[in-house]
Amino acid sequence: MKIKADTSVCIGAGMCALTAPEVFDQSEEDGTVVLLQESPPETLEDASRRAVTLCPSGALSLE
Amino acid sequence: MSHLSLSITRQRPLDPPDEVSGLRQRGAMHRMTFADGHLGWLVTGYTAARAVLAHPHFSNRPDLMHPLLPNRMQLAERGKFPVPRGFFLRMDPPDHTRYRRLLTGQFTVRRMKTLEPRIAEIADACLDEMEAAGGPLDLVESFALPIPSLVICELLGVPYEDRAQFQADSEILINLETEAEEALAAVGRISAYLYGLIRRKREEPADDLLSGLVEGGELDDEELTGVGFLLLVAGHETTANMLGLGTYALLTNPDQFAAMRDDPSVVDNGVEELLRYLSIIHLGPVRTALEDVEIEGALIKAGETVAVHLPVANRDPERFPGGERLDVARPAGGHLSFGHGIHQCLGQQLARAEMRIAYPALLRRLPGLRLAVSPEEVPMRSDMSIYGVHRLPVTW
Repeated sequence: MKIKADTSVCIGAGMCALTAPEVFDQSEEDGTVVLLQESPPETLEDASRRAVTLCPSGALSLE
Repeated sequence: MSHLSLSITRQRPLDPPDEVSGLRQRGAMHRMTFADGHLGWLVTGYTAARAVLAHPHFSNRPDLMHPLLPNRMQLAERGKFPVPRGFFLRMDPPDHTRYRRLLTGQFTVRRMKTLEPRIAEIADACLDEMEAAGGPLDLVESFALPIPSLVICELLGVPYEDRAQFQADSEILINLETEAEEALAAVGRISAYLYGLIRRKREEPADDLLSGLVEGGELDDEELTGVGFLLLVAGHETTANMLGLGTYALLTNPDQFAAMRDDPSVVDNGVEELLRYLSIIHLGPVRTALEDVEIEGALIKAGETVAVHLPVANRDPERFPGGERLDVARPAGGHLSFGHGIHQCLGQQLARAEMRIAYPALLRRLPGLRLAVSPEEVPMRSDMSIYGVHRLPVTW
């Protein structure tokens, strides 16, 4: 699994950081998504997928 | 053929109107007549609701929106309701983006975590006072309102002792019966108050969010007034009503009350389930198409207004099987109660922190909490644009 994050459309709602904190964080400055790992291990794939689905702005996608 | 108009009469206080729930059998998108005669749309399906709220061709501008209900405030809003610049909720990109970007860093998951000890302290202080006073008392006044009110005041840097006026004005603004002139006066009072506060912060900045925005230098005083207005009102009316109505829902579903009280591992999901089940934003959100858009086979023409019925969409059986029941153990993530798309609630992580602390604090301190009146006697906020209970008489 490979995750892509587009900070230009991110609105900083924080759903990803709430759902999969090992994979996503938020910038201290403007709250936009910070991808901690592009290719999360299998144990984090479910949570990562959930985070992508929950993202309100469409900033996250899977490759 | 006549088209439906929006029914707002509930047969049972925690369920959306039967007439609206019943539409689901006929699909997700329905033609509906708005209060000014405009033929627009009502969305009752979960997937369609998400699609509308996320679609870039739908605008949130009040001057494009047709009023959902025949109240004067909504009618006046279309003719340019004078909220201060900076009230960015009702804007589209790029204006909306500019304001929101300045604030998102203040409401991150991590930042809200740092507020948790203070929220717990405030909740405990409310419970100390309740225990000292003894029941019966009104849970809204003693617990549900003061927690979010004090938290948002401290975060923004608004003196809590000034709350009587802006709390009253905020209630005027979300009351569906309010006349346009009354609403204008309330907007004027809140704006004048915040403008004065911002001028003072410019002279004597403190360690709070509004001072930080003043010092950031990107917004002028009127814009700061608009931003402060939005955050102050939104920070009050939402969590307060979730705590009041949520407690009513738990008290009238004793097995769910027990689960939330006795099993700490249930609480986080239980909060999401209460958000889903109660859907306190019960009239809207509303958007207007800027261009023709097709949603689930329905062609929405440019200029047509679309109302999303969150309480019904959040009970769509395809997304939440058995969704008409409150079940704090059900996976409730993905509900639309904070909205979806670029306007999704900025303060949602604060609201979550408040509820995840306040519900268990209340239920564990007062495990024998019960209604002091019969459930039918609890006055529901059917007359307000944010649903909840006006008062919740409880004892223990």
